[in-house]
Amino acid sequence: MRQDLTQTIDRIMSAYPGAGRDALIPILQDTQEDIGYLPREAVVLIGDKLHLPVSKIFGVATFYNQFRFEPKGRFHIQVCRGTACHVKGSLKVLERIKRELGIESGRTTRDGLFSLEIVACIGACALAPVMSINGEVHGRLTTDDVVRLIKDCRKAAETGEAR
Amino acid sequence: MISITVNGRAVEAEEGESILQAVRRAGISIPTLCYIDGLPPTGACRMCVVELEGDGRLVPSCSFPVAPGMKILTHSPSAISARKTIVELLLANHPDDCLYCARNGSCELQGYALELGVRQRRYSGSRNDWKMDQSSPAIVRDPDKCILCGKCVRVCEEIQGVACIDFIGRGSKAHIGTAFDEGLNVSSCINCGQCIKVCPTGALTEKSSIQKVMDALNDPTKTVVVQHAPSISVTIAEEFGMKPGIDAADVMTAALRRMGFDRVFDTSFSADLTIMEEASELVQRITKGGKLPMMTSCSPGWIKFVEQFYPQLLGNLSTCKSPQQMLGAVIKHYWAQREGIDPRNVFSVSIMPCTAKKFEAGRPEMLHDGIPDIDAVLTTRELAQVIKTFGLDLASMSGEPADTPFGDRSSAGKLFGASGGVMEAAVRTAHYLITGKELDLPRINAIRGLDGIKEASVNVAGTEVKVAVVSGLGNARKLLDQIVAGRNDLHFIEIMTCPGGCISGGGQPVHTDPEVLKARMQALYNIDKDATMRTSHSNPSIQRIYKEFLGEPGGHLSHELLHTHYAERDVLR
Ligand code: SF4
Ligand code: SF4
Ligand code: SF4
Ligand code: FES
Ligand code: FES
Repeated sequence: MRQDLTQTIDRIMSAYPGAGRDALIPILQDTQEDIGYLPREAVVLIGDKLHLPVSKIFGVATFYNQFRFEPKGRFHIQVCRGTACHVKGSLKVLERIKRELGIESGRTTRDGLFSLEIVACIGACALAPVMSINGEVHGRLTTDDVVRLIKDCRKAAETGEAR
Repeated sequence: MISITVNGRAVEAEEGESILQAVRRAGISIPTLCYIDGLPPTGACRMCVVELEGDGRLVPSCSFPVAPGMKILTHSPSAISARKTIVELLLANHPDDCLYCARNGSCELQGYALELGVRQRRYSGSRNDWKMDQSSPAIVRDPDKCILCGKCVRVCEEIQGVACIDFIGRGSKAHIGTAFDEGLNVSSCINCGQCIKVCPTGALTEKSSIQKVMDALNDPTKTVVVQHAPSISVTIAEEFGMKPGIDAADVMTAALRRMGFDRVFDTSFSADLTIMEEASELVQRITKGGKLPMMTSCSPGWIKFVEQFYPQLLGNLSTCKSPQQMLGAVIKHYWAQREGIDPRNVFSVSIMPCTAKKFEAGRPEMLHDGIPDIDAVLTTRELAQVIKTFGLDLASMSGEPADTPFGDRSSAGKLFGASGGVMEAAVRTAHYLITGKELDLPRINAIRGLDGIKEASVNVAGTEVKVAVVSGLGNARKLLDQIVAGRNDLHFIEIMTCPGGCISGGGQPVHTDPEVLKARMQALYNIDKDATMRTSHSNPSIQRIYKEFLGEPGGHLSHELLHTHYAERDVLR
């Protein structure tokens, strides 16, 4: 794992010769794209190579919603917090999901079933408020819908139904 | 020089400086929350706003440069009201825990709320609700009380070269934290406590050992002994409202006795002991071809710094334990025996200017036969707190001398409290060890004072010994990088974690400007100037402990009790 990871990071960083602090965000993006999240060891490796303290990288990465430090859950939920969705009550939707799952955005539930991400407008404003589960868009959400959808996912996981 | 007008009075200002700098020099105080003396301003808090007369604009004085003919009002109604609003907004999500807070009475936020007449909660926000970080043996972080001024982050990175904390998250989730929001104990934090000293609130404090010490004092089976570090006597009086630079060694000793300590010893004695061991080690390394430059090892923040960031230089560290640990070891393994006390019934307390000393005391290297050298470490601030708990007032007590045999010290040992002091003491003794004669001029001006990197060349018996003195680990990085890159002219380097040395340690009274530090330093120099016993080797109690117990400096027993080795440490760098 460690060996693979070192190679992956080396490969990603070879696209940024002589990289400094300003290349940090693209490097993190590439890493997340490749691995699906930012494993701790990857962050440490990137820090070593860029001569940046790990705390700085973590600080920068947590400034943006896009980065996650845990692998995605089996059901990856993206909640839109764009303007249209905000006007239509996306905050309530988000709060309900957080309560239902017991996690903050950017995190994954302990059982690995769900992960949560806040995203900007996904271009389905007509359906606001909107969220997607593993890419499938659900619109005009009420908090009841949210609870039902999450229950469905749990059931699907129990019966081993693939999604 | 240019002239500006402040509150209707003419004030001289230097071209390029900020309004704040000019105004402060003129004796007018402006509140600040994010400004750090000596570092470029960030302009984050806007507490320091002043009004530009004429257009009525409010500008942050810490970052706004003076201009000829400028007219400023520092306390106009709009400036005052802006500051008051800032404090009220900061209090909106504050826990209001003043009665239970370690900074009650010394908190800048609290002080400004009082000064500005804040009397009610004008903005209500949801109270902060973060987890406290109690993982470190030295530092406690309580993010609920944090106002995000960013000073700790800057000191940690820009002064100490550590950078284990940063702003994490954003918006309402923004907070100060470590990499991956883990405990400070797994981060690269070196426990220096410099962040505590700049924190305007109670968000950063030391891990208190007061209860442990109180319990020991109340335990009839324990013989409780205490030692105080060289710098404590010149800072403790400040906590009792006295002006900086007063040496309160004797009244502090009296107070410690009143509190119930069975013996009051002086860490300056073991500073002398450290010098005997360290100077011998240096002479050995120079004459027998050991690893050079040798680097001092008495500052525990610095030790952890090397273990994490420069493991390739571990061999350059002197093997000497710090004075705190040396005295701890001889108390338990020499003095206790002499007094017929089981060392397990001795409770050994040290009063230190330093939060990292708490970490050091708990290191596994500091156990001998399963007995720790030191049982509890109190900072200067904690000592002041305990003295007050006992209802004692230093200002009105009469002094008493320390106990024998570890109360005798040379003034060289006392110099340990200021950056450059270990070097001076070591050179005095090394000179004697090599030549058998005393140094003609036992005062090396080039390595005194508050500069971060000082170098000198000392002629010891015809050999030029090149020395460097560094304080603040950001400065240490600069010198160490030269050494790693091949610089090889230096023989001996003194490194202190805190800028200026122990007089500005992370356990010292907060609120320190450079003038206060200078006064503390001068107090130590005055002690040395007026002293009759100015070298460690001339301390009769030192001569006696070698004759009765230790044998030779660097001998077998010394190695067992007074020396140690450190190893590379894997942390989140
Ligand atoms: S940090 Fe200051 S204002 Fe906040 S509870 Fe402590 S003393 Fe009070
Ligand atoms: S104690 Fe020192 S190293 Fe640790 S966080 Fe504070 S400033 Fe940084
Ligand atoms: S912990 Fe203290 S110094 Fe650090 S940002 Fe918060 S209030 Fe400022
Ligand atoms: S704002 Fe949510 S989809 Fe456009
Ligand atoms: S002190 Fe000037 S902006 Fe904070």
